Amino acid sequence: MAFAAFATAEAQPQAPKKRSRIALLLLLPGIAYLVLFFLTPLISLMLTSLQAPNEFGDIGVYDYAFNWQNYVAVMEQYWPHILRSFGYALAATVFALLFSYPLAYFIGVKARRWPLLQSLMLVLVIAPFFISFLLRTLAWKQILSDESFIITSLKALSLLGPDAHFTGTPFAVIFGLTYNFIPFMTLPLYTTLERLDVRYLEAGADLYASPFHVFRKVTIPLSMPGIVAGTLLTFIPAAGDYVNASRDFLGGPDTQMMGNVIEANFLVLLNYPAAAALSIILMAAILVLVGVYVKRSGTEDLL
Amino acid sequence: MASVREFSERGADLELSGIQKRFPGFTAIEDLDLVIPAGSFFALLGPSGCGKTTTLRLVAGLEEPTKGRILIGGRDVTGTKAHERPVNTVFQSYALFPHMTILENVAFGLKRRRMADAMPRAHEALKLVELDHLAQRRPQQLSGGQQQRVALARAIVNRPALLLLDEPLGALDLKLRRQMQLELKGIQEEVGLTFLHVTHDQEEAMTMADTVAVMNKGAIEQMGAPEELYELPRTVFVANFLGQSNLFTGPVTGGTDAALTVDAGGHAMTVPTSRAVRHRGTITVGVRPEKVVLHITDPGETAGRNTLGPGRVVDVSFSGVSTQYLVDVPGAGTLMVFAQNVGHGPVAALGSEVWLSWDIAHGFGLADEPAEGDRFLADDSTTSIATQHREGLVAELGES
Repeated sequence: MAFAAFATAEAQPQAPKKRSRIALLLLLPGIAYLVLFFLTPLISLMLTSLQAPNEFGDIGVYDYAFNWQNYVAVMEQYWPHILRSFGYALAATVFALLFSYPLAYFIGVKARRWPLLQSLMLVLVIAPFFISFLLRTLAWKQILSDESFIITSLKALSLLGPDAHFTGTPFAVIFGLTYNFIPFMTLPLYTTLERLDVRYLEAGADLYASPFHVFRKVTIPLSMPGIVAGTLLTFIPAAGDYVNASRDFLGGPDTQMMGNVIEANFLVLLNYPAAAALSIILMAAILVLVGVYVKRSGTEDLL
Repeated sequence: MASVREFSERGADLELSGIQKRFPGFTAIEDLDLVIPAGSFFALLGPSGCGKTTTLRLVAGLEEPTKGRILIGGRDVTGTKAHERPVNTVFQSYALFPHMTILENVAFGLKRRRMADAMPRAHEALKLVELDHLAQRRPQQLSGGQQQRVALARAIVNRPALLLLDEPLGALDLKLRRQMQLELKGIQEEVGLTFLHVTHDQEEAMTMADTVAVMNKGAIEQMGAPEELYELPRTVFVANFLGQSNLFTGPVTGGTDAALTVDAGGHAMTVPTSRAVRHRGTITVGVRPEKVVLHITDPGETAGRNTLGPGRVVDVSFSGVSTQYLVDVPGAGTLMVFAQNVGHGPVAALGSEVWLSWDIAHGFGLADEPAEGDRFLADDSTTSIATQHREGLVAELGES
């Protein structure tokens, strides 16, 4: 085995080298971009997260140090926000999946016979992107505010208590996250379901599987790449989102997520090390969760 | 449903009565009646677009008939869903689940029926098609022939009362196809299931099936044992689709109780009355090209033989076991002759003058007449006929 591998590597010494030089040249702009705009800030962030306050300085002045206690401090202070972030993101991902799957299935499989309807529905899914998501979220704040038609009607029907609010509740934040990320869930689901070969479904039915079993044993496993891509595209940005949970939008004092805390530490409290440490924790946690998820879902050979 | 939960002891018979299937814009099947006895190997033969695959999908429950009833083993299954029918299909595309191993694919139906010993049975079925050593592979890792055998194992492991084969050998090369034909036939005899095989390959249908039904334009043209169909076709379509034929059209000019004489472009042809569908008016008679004998000298009038000539050889093609001649006879048109290359007998050169003769008993009289321009439809390959036919159907669809 080892010999064979060695031999094939040795067999063509000239050609690949030349080609790899061209490939390297073509890769250069991308690599430079990543180094400049991803790697540098990341290292800077890591260094900041370990800084210690300047002994005689003003607020917001820090010295480079190896102050790992920053991590312990932010974990102690902000663990409810960390848990809340992942809880809300998970809930939003689940709701977005439950909402998007039937939608994507209809567009990708059932609507195949009517290409016009298919494109129209796809446009409708993408259409919200034409307006800034900040504006859309603000619009939802209006629609769901205490004086809005929906809330006053619900109160009049006694479905909501007289003192109840909708904005500022965890439910409103999850609602906002779900709404904002549904296109990110629907599009990858659509692309896998659009390629789903219905002959597999017929074969399943032919082999005594009821529609429910065909769905569970054939449709779901075959659309797993779309499910994984969609949930990742929803979960990762949702966990770090700071717009929906913000007090200026759909959130309230009790719904602050990690993004809001990081924002506050960076821009209001000027506690840069704490903000940087939180950012690193968020990144690491997402990396671990996503890694486990991709491994567990077993989609390597379908991707 | 109890019947789906258990294995069938033996094949069940299939009955289709008054089946009609309309799709938006066209009718795929027009009033089809068919009875397939239990344990038989039945082939539905026809060109693309003749409705044979639709028939199969109706039986499998993947389509619903517009009208008519489907009975399997005497039980009406018209209204039941595909997963409730004691039927399994070997799909043309195989449709093996790509996310499962070969073993899981084969065990799928057994597991859905909650069989306790699904895995041992799946292994057994894989042994039958000699693929047990690949049980843990994925379908994408197998060759076309192996996938086809897995598809077959996945269907027969369930011991369905009725096994449906939808051109399962279409994707295989000739040698593998021959081998699979023999294997399929062997399995059918061994297991004793009822097989319904849909194909456009006339040779495949004739070598494998006990009964062949030739389908055209959504209706069955003729049905019977392969030899019977070949020796005594009753319509122009069957005469040309199942093998090739030399056809002549002309008025009946006389004859006895035993034989009819037809005047075809000035040549008198005699056909046994018992082998002709119609006995008066203008009829079409024919003879198979291998029944026609080539003469280099005028054989003269012989009792019991039809003689034609002289004609000119316009094409000679050598195909190993036989040589195919096209002979142009003034008045009668161009005839096809197959001569066995047995080392003796006449060998005619291109352009030479020849005479043709055949035993009167080998002629047949058809129920219909060839349509204009149908004369040269007797193409060597059935696929080109199928293509022509499909084009015709498409044109028809375009008009309506």
